[in-house]
Order: sequence, then C-alpha cells, then structure tokens
Amino acid sequence: MPLHRKHLIDVADFSRDEVELVLDTAEAMRTVLERPIRRAPTLRGKSIVNMFFEPSTRTRISFELAGKSLSADVVNVAASGSSVEKGESLVDTFHTIQALGADLVVMRHACAGAPDLAARHLACSVVNAGDGLRGHPSQALLDLFTVRQHAGDLEGLKLVIVGDVLHSRVARSDIWGFARMGAHVYLSGPPTLLPAGFGDLLDGDGVVRVEHDLDRAIDGADVVMALRIQKERMAGGLLPDLREYARRWGITAARLRRADRRALVMHPGPMNQGLEISPDAAYGPQSVITEQVTNGVAVRMAILYLLLAGAPT
Amino acid sequence: MTAEEPLVIRGGRVLDPSQKLDRVGDVVIERGRVAAIDPPDGQLPLGEPTVIDARGLVVAPGFVDIHTHLRVPGFEYKEDLVSGSRAAAAGGFTTVCAMPNTDPVLDTRSVLEGLFEQVEAQATVRVYAHAAVSLGQAGRQLVEMGGLSEAGAIGFTDDGVPLASSTLMRHALEYAAQLGRPVSNHAEDPALTAGAAMHEGQVSMRLGLPGTPRQAEEIMLARDLLLAELTGGRYHCIHVTSGGSIDLIRRAKDRGVDVTAEVTPHHLTLTDALVAGRTDPVSAALPPYHANTKVAPPLREQADCDALAAALADGAIDCIATDHAPHAVQDKDVEFAHAAVGFTMLETALPLALTLVHDGRLDLATLVERLTIAPARCYGLPGGTLAPGSPADVTIFDPDEEYVVDPALLASKGKNTPLAGLPLLGVVRRTLVGGVDVFDRDAAQPVGGRA
Repeated sequence: MPLHRKHLIDVADFSRDEVELVLDTAEAMRTVLERPIRRAPTLRGKSIVNMFFEPSTRTRISFELAGKSLSADVVNVAASGSSVEKGESLVDTFHTIQALGADLVVMRHACAGAPDLAARHLACSVVNAGDGLRGHPSQALLDLFTVRQHAGDLEGLKLVIVGDVLHSRVARSDIWGFARMGAHVYLSGPPTLLPAGFGDLLDGDGVVRVEHDLDRAIDGADVVMALRIQKERMAGGLLPDLREYARRWGITAARLRRADRRALVMHPGPMNQGLEISPDAAYGPQSVITEQVTNGVAVRMAILYLLLAGAPT
Repeated sequence: MTAEEPLVIRGGRVLDPSQKLDRVGDVVIERGRVAAIDPPDGQLPLGEPTVIDARGLVVAPGFVDIHTHLRVPGFEYKEDLVSGSRAAAAGGFTTVCAMPNTDPVLDTRSVLEGLFEQVEAQATVRVYAHAAVSLGQAGRQLVEMGGLSEAGAIGFTDDGVPLASSTLMRHALEYAAQLGRPVSNHAEDPALTAGAAMHEGQVSMRLGLPGTPRQAEEIMLARDLLLAELTGGRYHCIHVTSGGSIDLIRRAKDRGVDVTAEVTPHHLTLTDALVAGRTDPVSAALPPYHANTKVAPPLREQADCDALAAALADGAIDCIATDHAPHAVQDKDVEFAHAAVGFTMLETALPLALTLVHDGRLDLATLVERLTIAPARCYGLPGGTLAPGSPADVTIFDPDEEYVVDPALLASKGKNTPLAGLPLLGVVRRTLVGGVDVFDRDAAQPVGGRA
C-alpha cells in the first residue's frame, strides 16, 4: 500500500492506517539495518537535502544515515542561525534548493509553520524535522514504533508525558500520534509549562488528560516519557527552582514503582540527568531510550522510502 | 465630469443616519454640495444635470475611515496616495485618516506638512492624519502636540507600538485635552505579547505558535481608561478585539469618561481558527500558517466576535474602522513568526461588515451609521452626512450583490487579504467626493481626475 502523501509535515494529519503503514515499513527497514552491509539500493539517484536552521546533531545524523542506508545522495546545508539574521529570505533559499534539483528536503526550523511555507514553494517533498513548538513527526513515529515493539498494541495504553509540554514539539506530535492509535495520553508538569487547556486539545477524538500531580498521573502507566527541561525557562519566570522541579516532576526509579511494573521509560534526548530524569531510571531495566535512537534511523528510512519510492507514479 | 454641473442621483434608497433618513429619493448635487434630497422622480434642476441611476441601490454618505495605514512617507512600496485613494474610493470611503507609523514617523510638523502637500497633489479622497504620541514612536518623549494639531493632526497615537509608559500616556492625555484631540494607543501589554504571533487559545496551543491572551489588551486598555478618567482627556480605543475590553469601555462610558471606540471588520467576523487554514469554500482555501491571517491585535474567538457585534449594535463601540494595513508580498511570504501584521481592508470592509446585516445581527441603517457619521464624530471630522449644504461625498452600493474577493483586482498595492476567493455580499458601485466621481465600478478605467 502506498502512502498517498507528498510531505510529512504534521503527524496530526495522519490516519491510523497511515501511521501503521509507516511503522510496518520501518519493521522492514530494521532488517536492512541488521544486515552486515547496512545498505539497500532503493533510493539510488535520489537527492535529499538536510536543511537545519536550528542546531541539531541527533536528528540530522539520523536522517543522514537513513538516506545513505537507502543509497540516496544526502547533502547537508549548514544553515545555522535564522535566515532573517543572514539577510536572506527563507523563500529565496527554497528557490535555490529547488534549482539545485532536490527530490526531498528535510527541514528543521525555529518557526512553527516553516515547513508549510517550504511546501508552498518547493516542488519536491518536504519532511518536517521539527518546527518551533509545533511538531516533530518523525520523533513521534519512532516513539510509536518503539512502544509497539514492546507492547504489541497501542490501543488503551496509558502514556504519561512529563515536563515542559508547552514548549515541546515532541510532546505535541506524541499527543497526536498516540491518541490517534488509541492510547490514553496523560500530561504532567508544572502549570506554567502545562496549561490546563491541553486537556481539551483533541476535541473528542481520543483521550488526553492533564494531571499536574505526577504521582497521580504515573499511577499504572504503561509508558513514561520525560521531556527535556530547558534551564533558561527559569529566567522567564516559568520555573522557580530546578531542584524543586526534580523533586516534583523528575522521573526516578522510586517513582516508577507507581507505574505498571513493565512500564517503558522514554526520553527524546538530550537528557539533563538528575533533573527531569535520574540515571537509575534513564539506564534502568525499563529504559528504551537508546532503542529510540536506533529505531529512529529505521523509521526515517521508512519515511524517506514512502515519500520518494513508495509514491504511486 | 466636473463638480460644476448639477448632478442627480435618482431613485436610490437614501440612507443617511445623520438625518435619520431612510427613504427612496433623489439626491440633488450642485457645485459639489448636496442641494436637496427630493422625492423620487421629481423635477430635475435647471441646466443639464447629469443623472446617475441608483434604482435598487443604497445611496449613503461617503464612508469615513479613521484608521488607515497609507504608508506615506517611506513605505510607498506597500501603498502610496494614488493607490491608497483608489482603494478607499473602491471601498466606498471618501475620507481616510492616515496613521503615523511611517518613515519618518509623523512626529513633527514638517513631516506632517510634507504628507499634506503630497495629499494635495495625489489623493482623490479626503485624507486626514494622526500624529504620533511620542517622538519616533519610541515611547520616551512627547511630540510637539500643539504644532502638529495646528498643522492638522486629528489625534495622537503610536499605533503599531504600544505606549508602555503610564506616565507618558497620562501626560499625553493631559496635554491633548487642551487641544481637544483624542489620544489612542495600540493597547497590548508588551510583556504579555513578547514573541506572540496570534491569539492564545486552543488554536495556538495546537499550532505551536506562541500566543497572546486577551488580557494583554484589557490590561493596557484598563490603564488607559483610568488615566483618561484621571486627566479628563479624550481617549479613543482602537481596534478593540475582546469581550473583556467591551466591558471596560461600557464601565468607563457609564462613569462619564470621554471615550470612544472602534472595531475592525475582521475582528467582528474572523477568528483565530483561520490561522490553522480554511478548506471551505474550496475557492477560498487557505493553507495553515499563512501570514495573511496574521494581524495585531490578533483574531480571537467566536465569543469575542459575538460580543463585538453586539457592542457595535448597541453603541458601546461607536464605529467601524478598517485598520487597512497593506503589505508587499516579501513582507508576508516569510515564516509566520517573522511576517508583518495586518490586512488590506479598505476594499473588503463593506462586504465583510455586511455579513452582520445578512446574519440579522445588525440593521443596515446602523451599519451605515457606524461607517459614516459615527466615526466622523469620534474625531470631530466634517463628512459622514448628506445634510443639504454639506460636501457631496456619496457612496452608492448594492448590499445584496455578490462580491468575490480577488486580490489581483484590488486597487490597493496590498494584496494581503485572508479573504481571497471568498464569496461575500455587498458591492460598492460608485463613489463621489465633492460631487466628483472617484470610483465607478462600471468604468473600464479607474476614474478620478488627478490620479
């Protein structure tokens, strides 16, 4: 079954079948990664441009490896700093990329909606690798993939996302993705970083609950996901004290005992150990954090494949 | 046509709220002024009068816009006085009031006089101007209010830039009071709007765009109204967007504070949902995160639209003002967060505002009042009336004719409308300033002498 899409911009647009298609394709891609020579010729002759307007190591390398594992030509455009600071408009950059003949652009940008702008100006496919606070769809898909591998079925699972939900594009994409697959999403964190309105996000189409008290939220959870705390949030008056945060919302092995005994521990990285997650949780038996990284390559291979080769001609 | 020939606008529904007039009749114009409003098909005046057939149409006083970004001087690539006048005339506006956030800012007498010289040479509608409150709109030092007032400034505002200093606002109100000029303010608390690109609510949360709450407006508006009460100064509330602001305005009016208020056609009718895109109707499809939905203060929620419409109907809000904010493509076709704010609005104001009439929430006479004599009164401007002896500034429109917004056909240089492709009702057919045609929808070429 092909994916009838040109772009991957927001996982919120994806149907359950489409998510499953990506996850099933990623299973196949994992077998490529387990071969002695981790390379398939599928995307030979296709060129992929990584445009990262925000610093990123993990996601950029993951997309680069994914493209190369499928034999695509991958070019990294160093575009640090905002285009406005450079005096070059983003639209101008798109036209240049277009003229150079890209088949797919992977884009990370500090502004929500920048990939939509790209899709309006580029003839090629656009993959959102994170835009502002809006979304990080490939992260959500790899999180879904990782949980599905362990739990088998996502329906009815209790996922708790903990931390700075307000400023997290990962949280937004995970809310859409997990709720779409039938999981129950609980959000926990300080009220300044988790407005109560998040509980009404879904408009009846799925389950999302806000529970500021983590000990209550985590009760019986199947998956516990910690989000990175940006230390600069304190300056904006959003967090009074980091130690207080760690005490109230930090994920520790002790706290995990309230969750289901097989509960998975996740983190999109990079971690502040001892703050949002303690080492005994991050590296404990329930942690799938390094698996997330490995699965990221397989899921991104699936995304590239479905958009570039899987499309009906 | 010259203003010297007599002119008769025959058989239209003459709707002039300034005279509580709403009946079919003939408007007789002589030497650029309204001579009489006669029963229909009466005797024509002597000479060889030109006759405009207005049967089936509404004949109203020319609309008055007290909030227009004409972009002159300095941003002529966005709009100039020729395109701005044409846009005004095409929208039925015979009077516009330029905002001072230009380059240089309208903060000194010489800059204002320079604008008026260009108006004299290029504009085909009547153009008044607001001066800034503070030098360079920097919020630190008052402008030469007396001199600017003498030169013709109708009021003072740093619109576009909130006046953060309560002290400066207090002194501006005190000083302007003796000049009889209103002060207005872009009321949005800068601390609460920092980094914001839209209204804070479910839509902003979903889109991951930083939002600004209604309270950003209400906090600063409450301060301004308290300072108006303290000083006895005249205060005009520009582009009111929230139900809470209306409560503040009602209370201030009840206490006798010298305050008036305006609302834009877009804040009356559009919501923040538009930022997430529009799929229906297909002709007006708008992708998500399109900067043509970005405006400051931002589009809010349906409950706000409803409260604004009710306040416009009952008079708590005095009038409609367009906040016409033309921008060039390169100002808008960028990341949403970096895009310029505002809509081109002169030419879509009437059909957009008419949606309230067609929905039964406002009667046509009240709408015309809010577009004519009411805004003129806020700033003590002449116009907004067809009373005999007044200049023949007339707008002839069909409130029921379909109008599909086509940016390419707008006379304004600014094509930045969130309404492209949207079918609305209400078409301006003809606009006269001082008895002279400045717009005729049926003319192949733009009319209006000097342009």
